[in-house]
Amino acid sequence: MNKMLDDDQIFNISPGRHVDLDHHCQNGGYSALAKALAQGPETSLKEISDAGLRGRGGAAFPTAEKIKMLRANTEKLRYIICNADEGEPGTFKDRFIMTHIPFQLLEGITIAAFMAGASEGYIYVRHEYPEAQKILRESIEEAERRGFLGENILGSGFSLSLKLFSGAGSYLCGEETALISSIEGKKGRPRLKPPYPTQAGLWQKPTLINNVETLANIPKIIEKSASWYRSFGTPDSPGTKLISLSGDVQNRGLFEVPFGITFAEIISEYGGGAKTGKAIKAVNIGGASGVLIPPEMLFTPLEYLACSKTGITIGSGAIFVLDDTRSILSNVQNRLRFFLHESCGKCTPCREGLRQANLILDRLLAGEAVRQDVSTLERYTRAIQEASFCGLGQAAGNSLRSSLAYYRDEYLASCRDNKPSFIEEETA
Amino acid sequence: MQNINITLNGKVTAVASEITILEAARQQGIDLPTLCHHPDQRVKANCRICVVEVEGIKNLVPSCSTRVTAGMNITTNSPRVRETVRTILELIFADHPQECLTCIRNGNCELRQIAAKFGVRDIQGEKRKHSFSQDFSTPSLVRNPDKCIKCGRCAEACHYIQNVGILYSHNRSTEISISPEYGKQLADVACVLCGQCALVCPVGAIHERDDTDRVWEALADPQKHVVVQVAPAVRVSLAEEFGFPSGEIATGKLISALRSLGFDRVFDTDFSADLTIMEEGHELLDRIANGGVLPMITSCSPGWIKYMEHYYPELIPHLSTCKSPQQMFGALAKTYYAQTSGLEAKDIIVVSVMPCTAKKFEAERPEMNASGSQDVDIVLTTRELGRMLQHEGIDFRMLPEAEFDSPLGISTGAAAIFGATGGVMEAALRTVYEVVTGKTLTDLNFTAVRGMAGVKKASVDLAGTEVKAGIAHGLANAKKILEMIKAGQADYTFIEVMCCPGGCIGGGGQPYGTTNEIRARRIQALYQVDENMPLRKSHENPAVQELYQDFLLEPLGELSHRLLHTQYCSRS
Repeated sequence: MNKMLDDDQIFNISPGRHVDLDHHCQNGGYSALAKALAQGPETSLKEISDAGLRGRGGAAFPTAEKIKMLRANTEKLRYIICNADEGEPGTFKDRFIMTHIPFQLLEGITIAAFMAGASEGYIYVRHEYPEAQKILRESIEEAERRGFLGENILGSGFSLSLKLFSGAGSYLCGEETALISSIEGKKGRPRLKPPYPTQAGLWQKPTLINNVETLANIPKIIEKSASWYRSFGTPDSPGTKLISLSGDVQNRGLFEVPFGITFAEIISEYGGGAKTGKAIKAVNIGGASGVLIPPEMLFTPLEYLACSKTGITIGSGAIFVLDDTRSILSNVQNRLRFFLHESCGKCTPCREGLRQANLILDRLLAGEAVRQDVSTLERYTRAIQEASFCGLGQAAGNSLRSSLAYYRDEYLASCRDNKPSFIEEETA
Repeated sequence: MQNINITLNGKVTAVASEITILEAARQQGIDLPTLCHHPDQRVKANCRICVVEVEGIKNLVPSCSTRVTAGMNITTNSPRVRETVRTILELIFADHPQECLTCIRNGNCELRQIAAKFGVRDIQGEKRKHSFSQDFSTPSLVRNPDKCIKCGRCAEACHYIQNVGILYSHNRSTEISISPEYGKQLADVACVLCGQCALVCPVGAIHERDDTDRVWEALADPQKHVVVQVAPAVRVSLAEEFGFPSGEIATGKLISALRSLGFDRVFDTDFSADLTIMEEGHELLDRIANGGVLPMITSCSPGWIKYMEHYYPELIPHLSTCKSPQQMFGALAKTYYAQTSGLEAKDIIVVSVMPCTAKKFEAERPEMNASGSQDVDIVLTTRELGRMLQHEGIDFRMLPEAEFDSPLGISTGAAAIFGATGGVMEAALRTVYEVVTGKTLTDLNFTAVRGMAGVKKASVDLAGTEVKAGIAHGLANAKKILEMIKAGQADYTFIEVMCCPGGCIGGGGQPYGTTNEIRARRIQALYQVDENMPLRKSHENPAVQELYQDFLLEPLGELSHRLLHTQYCSRS
């Protein structure tokens, strides 16, 4: 099943080429929308369900199930939100979709809205993506002019008013309830769940929130069938995944890979392996909120079940390779500082736990920490993961936890009381 | 509501299906720790110290925001839960000044109590280095942001209970703080100084300005004649400071306690509450008869007055011109009482014991000097008096019952119920009814104006004229009535507004731990006080009658106007 992708793929990736509306239509674009409108929401939804599409933002929730929850809601006004607040360092897949294949995304949003019965929608794009915002704005206008968006789409009677919303610059707004608060003009802080957005989301109305990549999958599934889609990937994880590959590899960039491929294969086949003359020391999988794994774990396949068994978080699909010149501790601290900066500050474990973890890493890197600091760091990490308010706080501890598990020696080696006691006596 | 079975610490038990894990645990006698949780507020789930283990859920879940489901298997006492809760407490402490020994909340700090309970012995985290400046800008409240644990209870009270909304959380991450806009001081924003924030703060981040030293100083000065007045609401709450159950009536012990502290005279604000009814009742009748501005709204509650001045200055003509009982007392103490007792006003120090933090501000309003100097010199809250008595080593349990001094200590049941929402209205109706109709009331209990409903209505027939009464307590409820007045939809003649939920018994200066349940018990106690009084109508108070005979001459007279009435200003 682990076939390498060639011409036949879900995302038309060719760097530097923007697929405009005409080009999109020539490649079969918007035929899926027409098909969905003709066959009705139930049939289309069954196709998505059969395809086994799961959310590509990180949580991997079955997409069809989420849409079914909206359909079960009796509220007439429903919203769709495309979460394009991609903000994890090292993750750039959504930006690529927005700037290169915007109409595949718009078509996906429109079909999803049709299936969910949503008539109004937003694409929430992070403030730091001005180019993506410009292209999407223009693409929305063009799709409206051509009857693919707006009132009475393709004469079907179905209407969708879609607007672009620019975030003000907070990583946390990628969390769905914080994102909703942000659109409502409130502080971008997470809300209590339940109620889930599918029950009471934007302005308390049922709301479907999906990641850019998830929505961009939908037109291909409708156009080419669930069984075609399942020809990629594995029975557990059908389809393909966009991988943002960066760090110490020969070829960095965005790659579409089939599920089931191992991380070692991704790094060697797509990334061309480590930089010349260097050995891989660790690989960060799943973006800043992901885990750090040692090379021996790279033979794990990219597959939701297999990864969850080994504690790997696929997350947004970012892979960052560290070669043997890198310090695990400073790499972890970089990511930690990102989360400390981006924490909303609402709950204690995330706000205070990350602050203290950062202070301990400061001491470790300065050679001032003692071995007990490492066990305190482990304990704080557990509290951050166990008890933070939202998924982002919980995930902020992933690289700490995994690095403490796999690279504990490096932590201990940095402690000033790590030397055998007789040496201490000599120097004293 | 149906019952479902859950397993709690290994024991299968049936609970109502609509409740949270926290409620279920407490019903079963397991008191999970909470900080951001408050029974009268929305669930916030910020502090995370109430987390528990639920089988099948990867992470720990906050018990305050998670509802029980059938078959749920909950563990609240596993090593995993205990470690996490202790660690979170440790993290909170690491961001805290740890000045417990010298903190005003020493002894009643919720954080400290929970930490002791959970055996937090060692704080590995690094203490935060920078310190915020404290806010001493108002006579009522002091803010110490260093001690803030960001639980959000103050902001919640300010926004949702009072609808004033001057406290916000700012910034993000470790820079998060809860303060007025742009880090301004309380005096620079439209804060009404009600102190509901201080009442719900679990730690010492916001509290009353401590004036106890000023009182000690006055008591120690042989040149000064120090008199004290006690608000109605204090007599049913002070005992809580000494471990008595809420709603304990402690009037007699309170008087003894004040005498023990060395006050020269122990008087009662209830006396001037009766006087307020005389003035306010006649003001209402005058407005009805002469086409004055109606509905007339009560003016006893200084937080409420400040709210009007900030937010609804255009409606100020609706406010009664009567001073609050505290200020009427002060003005009389330094004129009438000085005269009858042969003292000079400058030698008299008037101390108030109030359930309220805004009273400190009220006493310092520049116009409150009808006697020629500041009418009320020092205002203590119930909590401050509690601290003074503790300091003096007075064993509240052992105190004998005593009586107020006369004449400013003689009062009626009508005055006592001033402390409860609806009380002023009920007291006024008792008097106004008898004055207007010339008949004697057979049933003094106007039960329609009682209780904790946010907005209450009642209607009384006064010799053919219907008086429609409206009552609101808590500023969020008051705002509803004001908006109705603005929209011309308020079909009321007379409106009572109390700034704090439940009225003065729920004031911002009352004992910590005040909840709506406790408010209800204190209210019940006040009605008990009323029932037990030989006189229950303000106009029957002999001391008040004598005051009019010998000094004021008549309600709304010239001297009354000078001493007992005032004006308000726009602060918008």
